[in-house]
Amino acid sequence: MSGKKYLNDLIQQIPPSGIRKYFDLANQMEGVVSLGVGEPDFETPWHIRAEAIYAIKSGKTFYTSNVGLPQLRKEICAYYQRRFHIRYAWDKQCMITVGGSEAIDLVMRTILNPGDEVILLQPSYVAYEPLVRLAGGVPKIIELREADKFKLTPEALKEAISDKTKLLFINFPGNPTGGSMSKEDYEKIIPIIKEHDLVVLTDEIYAELSYGYDFCSIASFDEIKEQVIIINGFSKAYSMTGWRVGYLLADEEIIKAMNKIHQYCIMCPSTISQYAAVEAAAHGDDDCRKHKESFEGRKNFIVNGLNRIGLRCHMPEGAFYVFPSIQSTGLTSDEFCEQLLKQEKVAVVPGSAFGACGEGYIRISYAYSIEEIKEALTRMERFIQSLK
Amino acid sequence: MDEIKLLRVLENDPRISVRDLADILNETEESVVETKCKLENEKIICGYHTVINWDKTNYDHCMAVIEVGAQPERECGYDNVASEIARYPEVSSLYLMSGKSEFMVVIQGKTMREVADFVGQKLAPIEGVKHTVTCFVLRPYKIEGVIISEEEETAERLIVTP
Repeated sequence: MSGKKYLNDLIQQIPPSGIRKYFDLANQMEGVVSLGVGEPDFETPWHIRAEAIYAIKSGKTFYTSNVGLPQLRKEICAYYQRRFHIRYAWDKQCMITVGGSEAIDLVMRTILNPGDEVILLQPSYVAYEPLVRLAGGVPKIIELREADKFKLTPEALKEAISDKTKLLFINFPGNPTGGSMSKEDYEKIIPIIKEHDLVVLTDEIYAELSYGYDFCSIASFDEIKEQVIIINGFSKAYSMTGWRVGYLLADEEIIKAMNKIHQYCIMCPSTISQYAAVEAAAHGDDDCRKHKESFEGRKNFIVNGLNRIGLRCHMPEGAFYVFPSIQSTGLTSDEFCEQLLKQEKVAVVPGSAFGACGEGYIRISYAYSIEEIKEALTRMERFIQSLK
Repeated sequence: MDEIKLLRVLENDPRISVRDLADILNETEESVVETKCKLENEKIICGYHTVINWDKTNYDHCMAVIEVGAQPERECGYDNVASEIARYPEVSSLYLMSGKSEFMVVIQGKTMREVADFVGQKLAPIEGVKHTVTCFVLRPYKIEGVIISEEEETAERLIVTP
């Protein structure tokens, strides 16, 4: 590859995603049952799609304001107030991004000076660590433990903080573990965040998919609200992954600064998608509820099934992933996934793709029909029996 | 046990096995069986039916929706007329309605002739029935929440994504 010599040092240091390998392998096979996808299986609700079609028909296809459609920002702030009782001013403290991914990048590039440390909780979504590095930050990893139900403990947080720590990046309910934090869990770490004046970036993309407890945003603690930046979006709760609409809620000065980057490299997210999102935020609460109810049944189904076939699995309280241990098989995560794919044509993702501490686990998405999950479980059981 | 959740799962898949149902609800198989029996006995679960598009078979089938005007009776209102109408096996659904006519009756028969005869000879003469308006179904598009159409292309998701 002759082009490689032109690449900058930083990008060369960033490894390719650990998921890519399985995607390429699975993509060449016929008859694969996949439990590997990080997106809901519902079609986007029709009333939301209809609004996008209407926007096109009526010619609403121009640029919007850099920070996004005023109606959308109003509806998002009304939504946060209605669902989570947190107030943000739509005209100063809210901006629309191209999915949650752009939002993460904006935060890193706006907040970090080179060498600043960012506390990441792993296993975590694959984009977090590279985006920290690309912005010149230094990731400081806290390894979440199954024994703690993948929650952040005050002890672990204290130990990770140094005088270079600038930002704490959390994601509850989280990908890939489904780990969640209740109000009581947060209460234990708030004083530490306050004391060290940390910026908290909270990725709340799975907030609506919280099971058996009330979702609590860390921004609901008034004493640190100013330090908190919320990322959320429409992908997971409304099943709108391909629309690419996310948003940021934060202090006015931080939003203004992030918009400096956003206005030059993005201009604005798709206008049509934004009109669809207005409908989702205003009239989509019932869609979220339906999606959540469906996921909850599938979560129970897969956890009970996995434990029955001998893969120990804690009952997650959020998102649509389970993170069972495969240590009993004696295989590494990579070996397990590769052999399972080759032998039984079931695609799951190795836990190690989400950080070194994910080794010994696999991530299974249950955003599939009960029939598909059942078939995958049958194949996995056969696979596990073959290892004995 | 959350009975509403159980009902919602059964509504979408009445054939589901007890074990799968127990796994989905995170309950024991015994308590699922018990609750299901209870709901059946209480007539909250009234039956388990199959959604069939008869048009795709070579079986003669004809369906009509009929508005029926009726006279209420002292003490029992429309109940007597309703139970008279409901007696006929040709009647697959019967609702008391607001609006111009009192009842909405769904009739299933083999041919238009058969349905027409039923309306003229059985339904209209029932005591208390004032008038009928027969509307034949030309083509079903959606039955019981299921869209009846040629195979639509389903959007594909990638096999593995983060």
